[in-house]
Amino acid sequence: MKTEHNNEHYVLDMRDIGKEYYGTRVLSGINLKLRPGEIHGVLGENGAGKSTLMNILFGMSVIHNTGGFEGKVYVDGEETFIESPVEAMYKGIGMVHQEFMLIPGYSITENIKLNREITTPGILSRVAGKKLETLNMEAMNKDARKALDKLGMNVEEWVKVAGLPVSYMQFVEIARELDKENLKVLVFDEPTAVLTESDADKLLESMRMIADSGIAILFITHRLDEVKRIADRITVLRDGQHVATKNIEDTDVFDMANLMVGREIKMDSAKSVSSEGKAVKMKIRDLYVDMPGELIKGVDLDIYEGEILGIGGLAGQGKIGLANGIMGLYNSEGKVEVDGQEVVLNNPEKALKQGLAFVSEDRRGIGLLLDTSIELNIAVTAMQMQEQFIKRVGPFTQKDNKRIREHALKMIKDLDIRCTGPQQITRRLSGGNQQKVCIARALTLNPKVLFVSEPTRGIDVGAKKLVLDTLLQLNKDYGMTIIMTSSELAELRMISHRIAIVNEGKLEGVLPPDASDVDFGLMMSGEYHKVKGKEVKTDG
Amino acid sequence: MDENIKITPPEMSLGQKIKKILTHNMVTVFFVVLCLIGYYYSGLTFGFLLNDIVTRMVRNSFLVLALLLPVMAGMGLNFAIVLGAMCAQAAVIFVTHWGIVGLPGIGVTILLTTPLAMLLGYLTGLLFNKAKGQEMIGGMILGFFSNGIYQLIFLILVGSLIPFNNETLVLSSGVGLRTTIDLADGLKYAVDDFWRLPFTTAGMGFGALMLVHGVIRYIKGIPSLGQKAGNKKYILSSVAGVALAGWLYYIKGTESFINFIKVPMLTAILIGLMCVFTTYFIRTKLGQDFRTVGQDRHIADVSGIHSDKTRLTAMIMSTVFASWGHVIFLQNLGTFSTYGSHEQIGFYSVAALLIGGASVTNAKISHALLGTLLFHTLFIVSPLAGRNLFGDAQLGEYFRVFVAYGVIGVSLVMHAWRKQLENKRRLSQQ
Repeated sequence: MKTEHNNEHYVLDMRDIGKEYYGTRVLSGINLKLRPGEIHGVLGENGAGKSTLMNILFGMSVIHNTGGFEGKVYVDGEETFIESPVEAMYKGIGMVHQEFMLIPGYSITENIKLNREITTPGILSRVAGKKLETLNMEAMNKDARKALDKLGMNVEEWVKVAGLPVSYMQFVEIARELDKENLKVLVFDEPTAVLTESDADKLLESMRMIADSGIAILFITHRLDEVKRIADRITVLRDGQHVATKNIEDTDVFDMANLMVGREIKMDSAKSVSSEGKAVKMKIRDLYVDMPGELIKGVDLDIYEGEILGIGGLAGQGKIGLANGIMGLYNSEGKVEVDGQEVVLNNPEKALKQGLAFVSEDRRGIGLLLDTSIELNIAVTAMQMQEQFIKRVGPFTQKDNKRIREHALKMIKDLDIRCTGPQQITRRLSGGNQQKVCIARALTLNPKVLFVSEPTRGIDVGAKKLVLDTLLQLNKDYGMTIIMTSSELAELRMISHRIAIVNEGKLEGVLPPDASDVDFGLMMSGEYHKVKGKEVKTDG
Repeated sequence: MDENIKITPPEMSLGQKIKKILTHNMVTVFFVVLCLIGYYYSGLTFGFLLNDIVTRMVRNSFLVLALLLPVMAGMGLNFAIVLGAMCAQAAVIFVTHWGIVGLPGIGVTILLTTPLAMLLGYLTGLLFNKAKGQEMIGGMILGFFSNGIYQLIFLILVGSLIPFNNETLVLSSGVGLRTTIDLADGLKYAVDDFWRLPFTTAGMGFGALMLVHGVIRYIKGIPSLGQKAGNKKYILSSVAGVALAGWLYYIKGTESFINFIKVPMLTAILIGLMCVFTTYFIRTKLGQDFRTVGQDRHIADVSGIHSDKTRLTAMIMSTVFASWGHVIFLQNLGTFSTYGSHEQIGFYSVAALLIGGASVTNAKISHALLGTLLFHTLFIVSPLAGRNLFGDAQLGEYFRVFVAYGVIGVSLVMHAWRKQLENKRRLSQQ
C-alpha cells in the first residue's frame, strides 16, 4: 500500500500513534515523519513517551503483550506491522542502545556480526544442516574492518570488547548498525549521556556523516545544545502528547526547553520563602555517592531549618542517589552535618540513630515488610533503633503489643490510612496507603530531617494529593525539615519552598518554586549556566 | 577516533606473572599439591600409578567432556547427565539380557540409548528453561527424582509387568534386578579390546602429533583471532611432544613396568574425536549461538537468537554424549552397581571438571582432561596414603569421598568469592 498523498518521500512515517497500558493512556496522536538523511531530534522529559514510542517502533514484546498500539507505521511508504526487534532489523531500522548491547567476552568482530555471522559449509554441516557451518572469521573481520573504517576507528577488530573505553563501545555499537546493509533508520537513545565532552563531539560528527550518507537518524536526548547543533528538525513530546515538530532554524534552546516542560500548572505553587536568617539544619559538602545509574559526583548543599526542599532532575542524573547516599544505603564519600553534628556515612544504623529518617522510592522493595501487619511495619524501625515499644522481662526483651497497637491506631487516624485495622497486612493496601504507612514509620522515629523519595510514584491522582498534603501538614504543624525527591516537577513546585535541580551528578542550581518553565527546563537539561552565564548564583 | 589506543595488558614481572597464574588456578594448584603429597606417602611406583591412571582416564574422560556444552550455553554444571547415564545403563541391561556381545553389542546399546537420551535431554531442557538460573540444583534434584523412576522400573516392574526371564540378572524372587550386574561375558572391554597398543608406542605417536601440531600453528598462527605466527606457546608444546616421545623411547630400552602398560586405542581415539568435535563445534554458527546465549541471554534474544531453543539443543547434546560416555565407562569397568552407578558418575564427573580449573561459567577441554587426571590420581593414591600415614585404609577411603563432594563445594564457593571481588573492583573503578 502506498501513501496516498504528498510528493515527499519519507523513510519512516508514524501516524497518529497512541498507546494505553492497562487503561492508563501514555501516548496519543503522535506523528513522526523522517526524511532520508535527516537528523531528527526527539525531545521530552521522563515519562513524556519517548521510550514507549521507540518500543512501538521496534515491536518490543512489552507493547504486543499489553494490547498493541493505535495508529499506523509506514516504512518507505509501505504500511508495516513490526512484530519483533528482529523484524525491525530486517526492515532496516537499527538502534544504538543506551545500555550497551555488547558481549564483553567477544571480540569487536564477533559483536558487530552478532547473529549475522558469515559461515562456510564444513563437514558437519553437510550432515546436520546449516546451523553447523563454520564461522568464516576472515570474512567477518573484513566486514567489521569496513564498518570501523567508516567511523574512522583505528582499533583492531579482533580485540575483546571487555577492556575498551566506554566511547569505543558506543562506536562498536554504531559500527554494528552500519554493517547492516539495508539500514535506513538509525535510532540513537541518549548516546552522549555516558561520554566525555570531546568523545561526544566525535560522536556528533560521526552522526552527521552517517546522515549525509542517506541514513535517517532519530536522536533521542535531553541535551538541547547538541540537538541545536546537529539536528535538522525536532519533535517534542510532553505527557504522551505531540507538542510540536519544528525545523531547527525556527527554534532555539529556550523555546525547546519551554516546549519540553511547559505545562499549565493546575495546582498552586508554594510561595517561595526567603531563607535568610534561618538556621542551617543540614550541611552537605562534597558528597559523592556510588549508586549505580544515579551517581552523585560532588554536591554542596545547605538545608534550612523547617523548610521543604525539593530535589528534581531527569532520571539517571543522580537525584535519587542523594538521599540514598546520606542514609548509607549506597557507598558514599564526603561530609554531611546535621545540627553541627557529623553524620557517619555508609552506615544506615548510625544515620537513623542521628535522627534522619527515609521514605524510600522503592516502596515495595525495601520500604515495607509486605506480609506483615500495618502496626508492626510502623513500629519495627523504632523498635530496632530506639528500643521504643520494648519491655524487658528479666534478661529477655519483649515487644510491647499494647503500646504498638495504641501508636498504630493514632497514626492511622492522624494520617488517615484507609485500612480494615492495624493488623491488616500491608500488601493488601493501595499504593497511597502503603506510602502513608512508610511515612508513619519514619515519623515514629521523631526524625530531625525526613527524606522522602518519589512519594507519589505509582499512586493514583487522588491519593497523590493526600500524600503531598500530609507532608505539607507535617511541615506546618511540627516544623519538620523535609527533603523530597521527585521526578514530577509539578508536585515539587506545589509543596517545596526551594527546588534543587541535580544534573549529571552535580547540583545545577536552586530555584524558587515559582520560577519560570524555561528556567526549570534549562536546568534539567544542564543548559542553564551555559545559556545564562553566571547571571544567577546558586546556593551552596 | 584519530588516536590509536594500544590495548595490551601492562608488562608484568616474572613474580607477578607467577602470582597471577597461581591465584587464577587456585583450585587446580591445590589439588596438584595434594596429589603429589598423596603419591609420596602412598608408596606406589610410578609405573603402577601410570597404569591405573591410563585405565581410569580412558574410562571417565568422555563423560567429563559431555559437561562442556551446557557450561558454554550458560547453564552451569550439568548434574542432569545422570539421566544420560541411566539411559545407557538401561540399554546395557537389555543388551546383556539378550546376550549380544562385543562391538555389535555396543552398537545395539548406542542405538537403544541415543533416542532415549534425546527424549530425556529434551525434557530436561524444557524444565531448565522454566527454571533459569536454577539449573544446577534443578538438575541435581531431577537426578534424584528420575532415580526413583529408574528403581521403580528395574526393581519392581522388571519380572512382574515386564517379562524378564534371566537367572543371572534377576533376584531369586523373580522380580527386580540384582544389585550388581556383571558384564564379564558380555560388553566388558568390547571397545577397549578392539585395538590395544603399548603405552610407549601410543605415547610416542602422541608426542609426534604434538610436534606436528605445534610446528604448524607456530608457522601459521591463528589469523582469524589476530594471533600472529611465531607464538612461543607452540614451541613449548612441540618441545613437550619431543620430550615425551624421547622419554618413552628411552623407557622402551629399559625393563620398566611402563613397557607393560597397554592403551585401548579405539577408546582413546573416541575421546580424541570428542575433543576435536568440541573444538570444531565452538567455531560453528550453533556453537557461537551457544556462547552468545551463555554470555548474555537478553542480548542474544534481542539479536534474534532463540535462546530457549539453543539451551534445549545444548541439553539434548549433553545428555546424548553423557549416555555414550557412560557406555564407554561401563564396558571398561566390566561390572556396575545397578542402582547406584549413575548417581555416582554425575558427582564424580562434575568434581573432576572443577578440579581441572573450570568454573560454572567457563570450562575448556583442557580443564576436563587435566581434572580427570588429577581426580583419579587422588582416587588411586589416597586410600594407600591413608593406610601408610594413619595405619587405616578406611581413613583414606573416607578422604576419597570427602574429596569428591568437598571439591564441588569448595570450588563453587571460590568461584562466587572471585566474582564478588570482581564486582567490588568494578564499582570502585567507576
